[in-house]
Amino acid sequence: MTIFRKPRRLALSAVLAGGTALAGLVSGPVLAQEEDPIRVGVLHSLSGTMAISETTLRDVVLMMVEELNEDGGLLGRPVEAVVVDPASDWPLFAEKARELIEVHDVDVVFGCWTSVSRKSVLPVFEELNGLLFYPVQYEGEESSRNIFYTGAAPNQQAIPAVEYLMNEYGAERWVLLGTDYVYPRTTNRILRSFLNANGVSDDDIMEDYTPFGHSDWQTIVTQVRDFANQGLQTAVVSTINGDANVPFYRELSNQGIDAFDLPVVAFSVGEEELSGIDTDNLVGHLASWNYFMSVDTPENAAFIEQWHDFIGSEERVVNDPMEAHYIGFNMWVQAVRQAGTPDVDAVRQAMYGQTVRSLSGYDVVMNTNHHLSKPVMIGEILEDGQFEIVWQTDGLVVGDAWSDFIPESAELTADWTYPWVCGNCTEPRFEPAQY
Amino acid sequence: MTRKALPGPGSGRAFLALALAGLILLMAGVPGPAAAQDEPVDPAYVQAVQALAEGGFRDKAEAIETLVELGDPRAGRVLAAMFDRRLFVREDAGEDAPALVIGETDAGDQVVIRDAITLEPLGVVHEDTLEAVGINNRLRRTLQEAIGTLQLRDPDPATRIAAAEALAGDRSDENAALLRDVLEAEEDPDVRDAITFALAQIDLGSDDRERRLAAIETLGGSFEPAVRGMLARVVRQNADGSYVEPDEEIRLAAEAALRQTERNLALVEFALNIFQGISLGSVLLLAAMGLAITFGVMGVINMAHGEMLMLGAYTTFVIQEIFRSVAPGLFDAYILVAIPAAFLVAGLVGVALEQGVIRFLYGRPLETLLATWGISLVLQQVVRLIFGAPNREVANPDWMQGGFELLGGAVITYNRLYIIIFALVVLALVALVLRYSRFGLQMRAVTQNRPMAACMGIRSGRVDALTFGLGSGIAGVGGVALSQIGNVSPNLGQSYIVDSFMVVVFGGVGSLWGVLVAAMSLGIINKFLEPYAGAMLGKIIVLVVIILFIQRRPRGLFALKGRAAEA
Amino acid sequence: MGPITSRLATMMTPKGWAALAAALLVFAVVLPVLNLAVPPGSPFHLPDFAVSLIGKYLCFAMLALALDLIWGFAGALSLGHGAFFALGGYCMGMYLMRQIGERGVYGHPTLPDFMVFLDWDELPWYWYGFDNFGFAMLMVMLVPGLLALIFGWLAFRSRISGVYFSIITQAMTFALMLAFFRNEMGFGGNNGLTDFKDILGFTIQSQQTRVGLMIASAVALALALLVCLFVVTSKLGRVLVAVRDAENRVRFLGYSVTHAKLLVFVLSAVLAGIAGALYVPQVGIINPGEFSPANSIEVAVWVAVGGRGTLLGPILGAVSVNAAESYFTGFAPDLWLFVLGGLFITVTLFLPQGILGLLRGLRDRLRGTARTPVAETAGHA
Repeated sequence: MTIFRKPRRLALSAVLAGGTALAGLVSGPVLAQEEDPIRVGVLHSLSGTMAISETTLRDVVLMMVEELNEDGGLLGRPVEAVVVDPASDWPLFAEKARELIEVHDVDVVFGCWTSVSRKSVLPVFEELNGLLFYPVQYEGEESSRNIFYTGAAPNQQAIPAVEYLMNEYGAERWVLLGTDYVYPRTTNRILRSFLNANGVSDDDIMEDYTPFGHSDWQTIVTQVRDFANQGLQTAVVSTINGDANVPFYRELSNQGIDAFDLPVVAFSVGEEELSGIDTDNLVGHLASWNYFMSVDTPENAAFIEQWHDFIGSEERVVNDPMEAHYIGFNMWVQAVRQAGTPDVDAVRQAMYGQTVRSLSGYDVVMNTNHHLSKPVMIGEILEDGQFEIVWQTDGLVVGDAWSDFIPESAELTADWTYPWVCGNCTEPRFEPAQY
Repeated sequence: MTRKALPGPGSGRAFLALALAGLILLMAGVPGPAAAQDEPVDPAYVQAVQALAEGGFRDKAEAIETLVELGDPRAGRVLAAMFDRRLFVREDAGEDAPALVIGETDAGDQVVIRDAITLEPLGVVHEDTLEAVGINNRLRRTLQEAIGTLQLRDPDPATRIAAAEALAGDRSDENAALLRDVLEAEEDPDVRDAITFALAQIDLGSDDRERRLAAIETLGGSFEPAVRGMLARVVRQNADGSYVEPDEEIRLAAEAALRQTERNLALVEFALNIFQGISLGSVLLLAAMGLAITFGVMGVINMAHGEMLMLGAYTTFVIQEIFRSVAPGLFDAYILVAIPAAFLVAGLVGVALEQGVIRFLYGRPLETLLATWGISLVLQQVVRLIFGAPNREVANPDWMQGGFELLGGAVITYNRLYIIIFALVVLALVALVLRYSRFGLQMRAVTQNRPMAACMGIRSGRVDALTFGLGSGIAGVGGVALSQIGNVSPNLGQSYIVDSFMVVVFGGVGSLWGVLVAAMSLGIINKFLEPYAGAMLGKIIVLVVIILFIQRRPRGLFALKGRAAEA
Repeated sequence: MGPITSRLATMMTPKGWAALAAALLVFAVVLPVLNLAVPPGSPFHLPDFAVSLIGKYLCFAMLALALDLIWGFAGALSLGHGAFFALGGYCMGMYLMRQIGERGVYGHPTLPDFMVFLDWDELPWYWYGFDNFGFAMLMVMLVPGLLALIFGWLAFRSRISGVYFSIITQAMTFALMLAFFRNEMGFGGNNGLTDFKDILGFTIQSQQTRVGLMIASAVALALALLVCLFVVTSKLGRVLVAVRDAENRVRFLGYSVTHAKLLVFVLSAVLAGIAGALYVPQVGIINPGEFSPANSIEVAVWVAVGGRGTLLGPILGAVSVNAAESYFTGFAPDLWLFVLGGLFITVTLFLPQGILGLLRGLRDRLRGTARTPVAETAGHA
């Protein structure tokens, strides 16, 4: 199922012998192929700490490539996936991105999960004018000409969730818990500013950060209990990352904190994460995403069936970043067809305004700030690890590259079409891009 | 219907849930007193019960209110079932058969059901024919209060106490009136205390000065953190320095009560820190004990130790899955099988490693470090290929879920408690094996003087293999415990390896007591630092302390004396 | 023969000097020409991609060389060398961040972007001076050197050696990793430092700059090799080997073991720091992951694979293991860890002298001269 390619243009081997150091380069012959395929790079960690989340995303891209080929390929050419393993090592992400573009000559890359991996590859994509589809919810505050952000920006996930808790639960005190990295820090800064604007004083906000993979939550959960036991309805906003969630929810439940006493809304807990958790402890807690597997649409049912067939297991779940890749991949395919070429510059132009019927049944749109307009949904965790959707936006929410709640970024605009042509402008630039 | 979690009685509300569960179990066996089948059924009641399964959450909330107003005692049972998501709509119900049922016990996928209206038993059906009535958090709250109101006159005192506590959550005048009403008739002293306390919480916010003073009197000296918050609000100052509470007498009384409560809570916090420290310590102890043997006794720098923990955790996962599919009724006992299985799996892998790789590297400790690191990479990747990269779910058995409340909201969780006990039992067993068994004797002989032991007829190679197997097996057992508190993923071992080495080195290589003392003291230091320094800084400080300590005592807390120490 | 030339002759044979010069010629002249002057279509063209890879390998080689100095010659296996490497890298990263100036996304004149969106008001004091290249380079050497001095003094003074030394150095790098992960530290937390624009006025993304950095790495590696050779062929070097093989005897002979070890440990840390400083502009990011204990262990593997105590071996080891990693992670990602793990096991079991030992053995066999194997004792570990 995986189509691996050997480097075509070059086989580099450094031959160093005896006491002498010599580097010899052997350039392989350039093989002319009858029908040059369109190449799609997949840059997801298959080993190391992030393999937990990213392996699935590789599979979903491979599935869509396979389907595309069954349907006759793209522009009459076959599509080939080039998979590399950046091994959760951030400098290696940059190296592999360069390898994909320079050596494997890919036309587009689907990849990255963590912010740091995206930050690491960003200069490479900009330098080589590549195209990256980034499928994960992130902290915003970025807009690159060479990246399309198909995950949620903070205003498409965090702020709607907090509004929901205010309205539905009457939450007045807030615990902002997160893993100590840039996404929780930025999200919580935005939320604090949003809460302050809504009349919540800093005394009623508790903010705490833990290391990656934090496993001993006894002290923090006790502190949260104390904080919540002050008579006002309290809610927890969790930006706790992946692995630390299991022990966190276990500790909450064992200390007798129920979802209706102290609802926890999480931005990093989805179906995939829940499949590794004993969900008894989590029932009733909330998550905010742009998509849930339980969405009842024909597109979603078909996708789930296709996924189960592809992966060979009925047990496997679908989650939001997978849907983001689904949207991103289909948009890219449409844009390539429209442009008539996989060329990056042409495809980028064709991407703007591209519409795809998402699995959640909405016609999501790619905006000129390289972020999507997507629906926002809030789900309650059920015993079977699925979500019951308890609230969703009426229409689409436009992703903000720059948050209005951070003073420095409030005045910035991202727009990659004339006359702005800029990812962080305060005024139009009236100049074409330099590439 | 899936297994039902019994939420721990951590808070008042959770107490209620437990009481409810108890009540339900009781009633599952005995036909409830209210289940008088010949009694004519009020059509309004039937309608309201049926409405529970219809419409949106708001419609359901209205139906609940109606049931409370009707005051039919059977409603408590229906609502309790709904709260637990055991109120079902039968999808295969014919024209005449009741559509709304309460599920009671489940054996595998079979559920014993009862008509939700008449409460008559209806036999056993397959769980696939039932669909639970959906509720959300807001509805849970409504249900809880409704159940509280309906159960304040319940025959069982524990249920009444729980109901009183539940009602204190919503400080409305109706609740106060209701509580005052029942207080007069109540005879049980414990229930009276609970009602008085609940009433005081409501009265604190009333307009009646005398009532407030009395409430402060009642609340003073409480161990409830919630009380601290309530009293603190009474004595709070405005931004300009003036007091929010104009009545000085009330304020002073509240201040005194607050001081008392805070003293109590500080005491509780101290005790809780100790418990949590010991709990963290016992996790470290379980993680490090295997290493204390492979590294401490044999001198093998076993970087694959973390992967032995991981193998133990995955064995637990496999055993759990077997129980789930073969003997779901015995599910809670899976862990008893997982412990020896994990010991065997990790132990056998350990023996294989010793025979295949490590025995060629004795005397070259730094090389063993590299080789075992290589082994750890391979084991991780093997597990990743077999089980996949994502986390696997390992459920706590029911008896390890929840916890009990000591005082002042301090909750002792069962899984932590069992792990502490488990760690100490394992330590004791290891100590006994080393001290009293023939194998232990041979092992000590080989470590202390290999050539001499060999001369005495001990097959030192075999002892080495078994010792390494024992250390690995113990690590596997540690993995069982770790699977109960954290993730089961291929990276599991990596997160414990540095900590394990720190514990062994800090305690003194080769000393089991050293490992115990080191694990416990590191756990407790960490937990006392954490509230002030935060989790991250706390851990850094502990590491620096260990580094500095090793400079002072390079051989750890309990250094072995004599020749062996210089090896 | 004057004293200097005779000293040089003790470091390497004339053939060795010639080989070094040839290697330097290849990396500093031939490869750059192949990349910049030969047109991309030509079979002799060195692709841009290869330049940054080679540059990276050279930095890793220098790190491995630094570790070999302390492990191969003084017998102390530091599992914290990644920390010195990363600290050097962070110093360089701070310089590069300051060079961004107003070109950051928020256009703040002094604060890096991550400080702006984390709501910092002013530059922390420890960031002062890093806008100056000279100062930053001084820090690249001083910061790792000082840490090594303090840490080594504490450790060697109390005669911590062997396994214990390895474990506390591992604890050191682990503690530093946790510390650098904290956003409050002001080093960008998990994201680290990235999005560099230019170095000494040269655009960091231009191919010329990248070639320049590769040349700089090659030259630095050659100089580092000479420094190491100078040390190990000096009297100090002989004391060190003696320390490695029988520490207590050396002590009883009246040598200061502490000072000898401390000196090479600091030197080794400084070399690692310089390697890190050269690495960062070439890969474009430095983050706390570089401190992770696994990275440091991997360095030890490069040394072991190449052949420890040989100085040249570690360079070979670093380059070959990393080249294998680049190849496998692109070709068969699932197999890479098996290959790496298998390599660890095979080398320790079957190639105690590493690749270099294997090559020498082959050479000797070809010449028909049976060499007596070097007596390798485990020291007093």
